[in-house]
Amino acid sequence: MFESFMTKAIAAGNTEVQRFGTKAEALDFVVQFMQKEGVSDSAGSYGVWAACPFLDGMDKSGIAQRLPGLKFEFTRETAKQAKVGVTQMDWGVANTGTLAQDSTKVDQRLASALPWIHVMLLPSTNIVADLPALFSKVDPKKSNYIALITGPSKTADIERVLAIGVHGPERVVIVCVDELGGAD
Amino acid sequence: MEQEFKQSIKKALEKQNLAGILDRWNYPATRAAAYAGVDIEALRCQIAEIKMRAASHLDELAEQFKKAAEARGTKVFRANSAQAAKDYIANLCKEKGVKNIVKSKSMASEEIHLNEHLAKSGVTAHETDLGEWIIQLAHQRPSHMVMPALHLTKEEVADLFSKETRETMPTDIQHLVKVARKELREKYFNADMGISGANIAVAETGSVVICTNEGNARLVSTLPKTHVILVGLEKLVEQYSDIAPILTALPKSATSQLITVYVSMISGPAENTDGTPKDLHIVLMDNKRSDMAKDPMFKQALQCIRCASCLNVCPVYRLVTGHVFGDIYTGGIGTILTAWFDELKKTEDIQGLCIQCGKCKEVCPGKIDIPELILELRRRLVQDKGLGSVQKAIFAVVNNRRLFHTMLRTASLTQKPFTSGNFIRHLPMFLSNMTDFRSLPAIAPRPFRDVIKDIKQPKCKEKVAFYAGCLIDFAYPEMGEAIVRVLNKAGIEVVFPEGQTCCGAPARYNGAYEVAATNAVDNIDALLESGATYVVSACPTCTVALKHEFMETFKSIGKTDPMAKAQALADKTVDFSTFVKKLVDDGRLKFKKGETHSVLTYHDSCHMKRTLNVFEQPRELLGKAGYKLTEMFECDMCCGMGGSYSIKLPEISAPILERKLKNIKDTGAPAVAMDCPGCVMQIRGGFDKEGGPVAVKHTVELLADKFE
Repeated sequence: MFESFMTKAIAAGNTEVQRFGTKAEALDFVVQFMQKEGVSDSAGSYGVWAACPFLDGMDKSGIAQRLPGLKFEFTRETAKQAKVGVTQMDWGVANTGTLAQDSTKVDQRLASALPWIHVMLLPSTNIVADLPALFSKVDPKKSNYIALITGPSKTADIERVLAIGVHGPERVVIVCVDELGGAD
Repeated sequence: MEQEFKQSIKKALEKQNLAGILDRWNYPATRAAAYAGVDIEALRCQIAEIKMRAASHLDELAEQFKKAAEARGTKVFRANSAQAAKDYIANLCKEKGVKNIVKSKSMASEEIHLNEHLAKSGVTAHETDLGEWIIQLAHQRPSHMVMPALHLTKEEVADLFSKETRETMPTDIQHLVKVARKELREKYFNADMGISGANIAVAETGSVVICTNEGNARLVSTLPKTHVILVGLEKLVEQYSDIAPILTALPKSATSQLITVYVSMISGPAENTDGTPKDLHIVLMDNKRSDMAKDPMFKQALQCIRCASCLNVCPVYRLVTGHVFGDIYTGGIGTILTAWFDELKKTEDIQGLCIQCGKCKEVCPGKIDIPELILELRRRLVQDKGLGSVQKAIFAVVNNRRLFHTMLRTASLTQKPFTSGNFIRHLPMFLSNMTDFRSLPAIAPRPFRDVIKDIKQPKCKEKVAFYAGCLIDFAYPEMGEAIVRVLNKAGIEVVFPEGQTCCGAPARYNGAYEVAATNAVDNIDALLESGATYVVSACPTCTVALKHEFMETFKSIGKTDPMAKAQALADKTVDFSTFVKKLVDDGRLKFKKGETHSVLTYHDSCHMKRTLNVFEQPRELLGKAGYKLTEMFECDMCCGMGGSYSIKLPEISAPILERKLKNIKDTGAPAVAMDCPGCVMQIRGGFDKEGGPVAVKHTVELLADKFE
């Protein structure tokens, strides 16, 4: 299922998929990735990281010190000036390469919709086969806003020519973490 | 047709930007790839069933939705009319001091001209979907339901953006998209209200599902403190589990994607950027959808999921765009929706653009019989307004069998000045449109009804009745002779019931159902009287008439008496290729051994392929006879004939034919086979006119001497 998920996710374009055993490895990757992408403490180059289980028990101020410009608490204006946004997703869908999340908290939407690059953390074991399987996992009775994301923001509205990054991210990085376990 | 309308067609035909774009997209192939591994037929049935169930109790579902959504803190307003929806949103703007709105795509808002209404009270609504924004800047309406600005070139878009930004824009699409991002980003942050449409509304949970690729609906629903979702009642489904099938099909059918980049399922007020809960309003709009649900014919149009696949496959839409073919909603389904959401009269011209090829019906994920509903519009228009005087005169003749046949015989003599060989190449003055782009077959000196009397047939136990149809009877009697030769080989005698007349298709396709019904009754009587085991026809349109449409016509006009006899005739009727294949399979016909013949390509006629579902049989027969088959691109795309369509709209028929001729020539085959004399007339006439090298044959002509 993971293989199929990865193939379909990559097929959505401008998407890369990484997989790590531990949270520590994943964290290193994400921090280094942001450094490489030039995240810094200046408008337009911030990194915003929405609250998530991945960060539970992590030394956030320590991480922020390693990476100036990375913010764990942020406003809409900060998110607007961010280059990279990080959120944790709840589910992956194998036959479409989709990731799904309860986005009722606004940080989740700001960090995933406004920056140029969206980094999505995903518990590696939370991949389901298809949409019906996903809908049996998410519950609209519990979440006011459920978001499904498959690849970067796209349009083909001019001459049906594909253009990436029209209103949302133009790049997607999926970081699967085995250690994150199930989100059930 | 109105002169003004003809003018708009002419203008649209001069600019073939959209056709080129659709070609580059190659929708049928990319759609098929997106559906790989999916049982499309099962999925279509599931969706049709879900939507039909919902349409059966819209009012109840709307109440259930309202209750469920309100329990979560959403304000739900049920708007019966367009005006009520507009007033509610305008009042909300007033109450909240809203001046600036960002909108993601909503066809329902286009339907009620919401932006114009809000502008009257000083509220500016900015479209954020790239295509919609372009359309807004151009002061136009969408030409396509999913990709609204598809008719514009990048140069035209660059011009619009240059005006808007007061900077000179290059025509690079990637650059233009980034310009839109920058311009619109500020508008989201400054807006006091977001308005969006919805793709699905779930009564059980009070949820709405919004699909976008650009991500604009996410920003529209996140940044402003107030979010209004305008939902047409047809978007309602009963339960949460109904989402998955629709969401599986919609992106695949709409844009050949597995799924749209973003899907938002909103079931209540989510958190605003200042931590307060969203002021969330849902306007459930009826605007005649309930009336539609009560109409036994048109109820099925509510099964539409707005994927616009019917536009992408339509041979006419691609040529004239939605600016000609449609109104707010475009193409075939758009014509139907316009008749209801606006008024029937408004479709008077546009419904005539449908050539009845059935391509749309084949791909519709909601299984809507769009061509049939367009015919029903035509019928109701004729009922309201009557036929045009020319049509009236024509059908008066068609309805009088003796007069009709006498006139055709006379025509065979009077056409002499215009014929050369077997073709009419030029007609004078007002009739010249008919022969501008193709030659017409000369009317045969002796119709088949006379010819058959002189054919010496062996006395056989089994008799089948041959239904010739006008074209074989009066233009191509040699096809009739070939049929007799083939069937005689199988030990079958062919009888020609003299009372047979026009199958009524021309009348029916022009909305003259009463005329079609009279034709039907005459034919039923004549053909059943013969006592033959089968009624064989070599014209798919006639076969469809005998097999399906006689009954449909009776049903439409509430004529019940001849129904049983019509069913009896339908059961006996069979097309030539299906019948011959059966004779071959039963061992009653044997192909001559060891013969090899030329390479052929096969053109699938619309009625043959999509109503009779016959396409393998003729290929198998021709292959067994020793022909080598090579397939053309778009083998089952209409040739542009469409009966009287090619006479009423020759300017559209001609480019459709041109495309067909090119596809045929591209195979390099020296001959093309088909099972419809109407297609033979169109394609043979086209090749004759351009001096093309391809022989155009009815399958029956190619098989005539191939049996032992």
